[in-house]
Amino acid sequence: MTYLTERSASRRRVWFYPLLRKAGVVTDATATTAGYDAAEEFLDRQSPIQRLQGILHAYPWLSPAVVLVVALIIFSSITSLFAQPGNLGTITQQTAVTATLALGQTLIILTAGIDLSCGAVMVFSSMVMAKMAFDQGVAGLPALFLGIVVGGLAGLINGLLVTRVNLPPFIVTLGTLGIFTSLTLLYATGRTVRNRELADELKWLGKPVLLPGGFTITYGVLVMIALYLVFAYVLRYTAWGTHVYAVGDDPDAARLAGIQVNRVLLSVYATAGVIFGIAGWVLIGRVNAASPNSGIDANLDSITAVVIGGTSLFGGRGRVFGSLIGALIVGVVDNGLSVAGLDEAYKRLAIGTLIIVAVTADQWIRRARA
Amino acid sequence: MTETTTTTTGGGTSTVQPVLEGRGLVKTYGRVVALDGADFALYPGEVLAVIGDNGAGKSTLIKALSGAEIPDTGDMFLDGQPVSFKRPTEARAMGIETVYQTLAVAPALDIATNMYLGREVRKPGPLGSVFRMLDGAGMRKSAKAQMTELGIGTLQNMAQAVETLSGGQRQAVSVARAAAFGSKVIILDEPTAALGVRESAQVLRLIQNLRERGMPVILISHNMPQVFEVADRIHVQRLGKRAAVITPKSVSITDVVAIMTGALQVPAEDQMLGPVR
Repeated sequence: MTYLTERSASRRRVWFYPLLRKAGVVTDATATTAGYDAAEEFLDRQSPIQRLQGILHAYPWLSPAVVLVVALIIFSSITSLFAQPGNLGTITQQTAVTATLALGQTLIILTAGIDLSCGAVMVFSSMVMAKMAFDQGVAGLPALFLGIVVGGLAGLINGLLVTRVNLPPFIVTLGTLGIFTSLTLLYATGRTVRNRELADELKWLGKPVLLPGGFTITYGVLVMIALYLVFAYVLRYTAWGTHVYAVGDDPDAARLAGIQVNRVLLSVYATAGVIFGIAGWVLIGRVNAASPNSGIDANLDSITAVVIGGTSLFGGRGRVFGSLIGALIVGVVDNGLSVAGLDEAYKRLAIGTLIIVAVTADQWIRRARA
Repeated sequence: MTETTTTTTGGGTSTVQPVLEGRGLVKTYGRVVALDGADFALYPGEVLAVIGDNGAGKSTLIKALSGAEIPDTGDMFLDGQPVSFKRPTEARAMGIETVYQTLAVAPALDIATNMYLGREVRKPGPLGSVFRMLDGAGMRKSAKAQMTELGIGTLQNMAQAVETLSGGQRQAVSVARAAAFGSKVIILDEPTAALGVRESAQVLRLIQNLRERGMPVILISHNMPQVFEVADRIHVQRLGKRAAVITPKSVSITDVVAIMTGALQVPAEDQMLGPVR
C-alpha cells in the first residue's frame, strides 16, 4: 500500500499526469481510499500501448493533429514554395467550404447519423441566394437570409424523415441528395449566376483579409472559424451539446434519462441544414459564382474530413476541431501535391489510406476501453 | 386490507401510511391480462422485493408505478395523495427514480455527466442564463459527494468515462444517480442480472446503504438468495395479482417458490401486509 501511494505521488509530478487522469488511465484512488483496491492495482499494470489507447480515447483529435503536422513538415521539405505565407493562406481559403460543411456533418455524425445531401443542400441554398437577388429582384441581405432558411428547411425535412418516418439517415439523405440536386438544376434552369450578376452582399465572403506576415485569408475563412468556435462551445458547455453526445452514444440510455431523443435529432438536422446554407454563402465567395453543377463531391469530402478528424461514425465520440483538422489535412495534401508538381492521383491514394487508418484507429480505441 | 389507511388523522391507529401504494391496478394488452386488480404497498424506509414467475405481471406492475405504462383502472397514491403518471419523467419529477437492468448509462460520457444527464445544472449568473453554460465543476463536485455518501469509494474521478468502469461500478453510477434525485422511492429493476458475483455483492451493499439512509427501495429480482439477504418484505406476484406478502424470516426459499407457482397459499394472518417496523 505504501508502495502504491509513493508511486502514485511521484507520478503526479509528471507533466502529463492530468492528461492520464482525464483519460481514466490513472486515478487518485490510492491517495484517498484506505483499503486495498484490486482495480487500482490492475490499472497500474497497464502496458504503454494501453496508456496510449487511453490518451487517444480522451483526446480523439490528437492523432489527426499529428498527421497534419507531419504532412506540413513533409511538404515543406519537398518544396520551398509550400510553406510560403501566400500559399498557406490559399490552403485555408480552399478549405473553408469543406470545413464549414464538415461542421454540420460532425453534428449529424455525433448522433450516429450521416448526411449525404449536405453538398446538394449547400448548392441549393447558394442558388436560392443568387437567383433571388438576380432574377426576383430581392435585395442582397434578404436573399442571403432566404437561402440560409432554405438550407434549414432542407435539414428539417431530413430530420423529419429520420425521426418521424424512422428511416435510416443514410437512406433518407441518399434520397434527398437526388431530390435537392434535381431541384437545384430545375430551379436554376441549368444556368450559372456569374460574378457580375451577383449581389454585393453575396460576394462579401470572398473578400480578402490581409494578416500580418503576408497571409491572406478571406471573410469566408473567418466566418468558418467563428462557426467552429460557436459550436465547440455549444457542444462542450451546454445541455444541448451533452444531449447530442448522449443521443449518439446510447439512444436508449438517453431516453431513459428523460432526454427527448427525437427532438434532439430533429434540432441537429435542422441546425446542420442552417450551417450548410451558410456554407452556400461561403461557396459563392470562394468560386465567385453560383453554379448548379458545383459541389459534386462536397458531401464525401465533408465525411472524409469528419472521419479523418477522429469523430466516430458510431456516434457519441469526437470533437468539432477534429473535423477542422481533418478538412485542413485534405486541403494540405491536395495543395501540397499540386505545388510540388506531383500527380493529383496521389491525393486520392493518400486520403483514401487516411480514411481507412482513421476508422481502424477508432475501432481499436473503442474496443479496448469498452 | 389492513394496511391501506390513508386517513391517519383519527389518532388511535398506529398504522403507518405507505410511501407508494397501488389499489386494484388493472392492465390488459389486447386479450392478455397482465395486471388483474393488483394491490401494492411500500412503507417508509423498507426494502420491498417484488418477485414472481414470468408473466406474473411484476414488470407491468413496476412499469405502472414508475410511469412507463398507464394502468387501465386502479388507483395509485404517493404519500397518500392520488397520483397518475403518463410518462416516466412525471414519476421522476415526483421523486420516483428507476434503475434499469440494462445499465442505462451512456458509455462514452463521464460519470458526472451521466449522473446529471437530462437534468444538467447551469452556472449561476449571465453565463448560465444567457450563454447556457453548464456548471461542470459543480456537478462533478456534487456527484462525488453523492458517491462518498453512498460509500462508493472506488469511484474517485468523476470525469472518467463510464465505459472504463466495470459492470458493477456502472450500476453503482445508476444507483447513485437514482439516489441523488429520488426523493421518495427508488425502484431497482433486476439490478444484478447482468453482473458477476462480486459485482452483485457491491450493488447489494449499495441497497443496504440506501436503507440505512431511510430511502424506501423496491427491488425486482429473480435471485432468491439476494432477495432473502436484503429485503424487509417480499411481495409475491402471481397471475396479475398480489399472491402474498411475506418476510424472509417467516418463510423459506422453497416455500416462496411454492407460493410463486401457486402450490402454496398463505393465510392472511401469516402475511406481512403492514410495515415490518
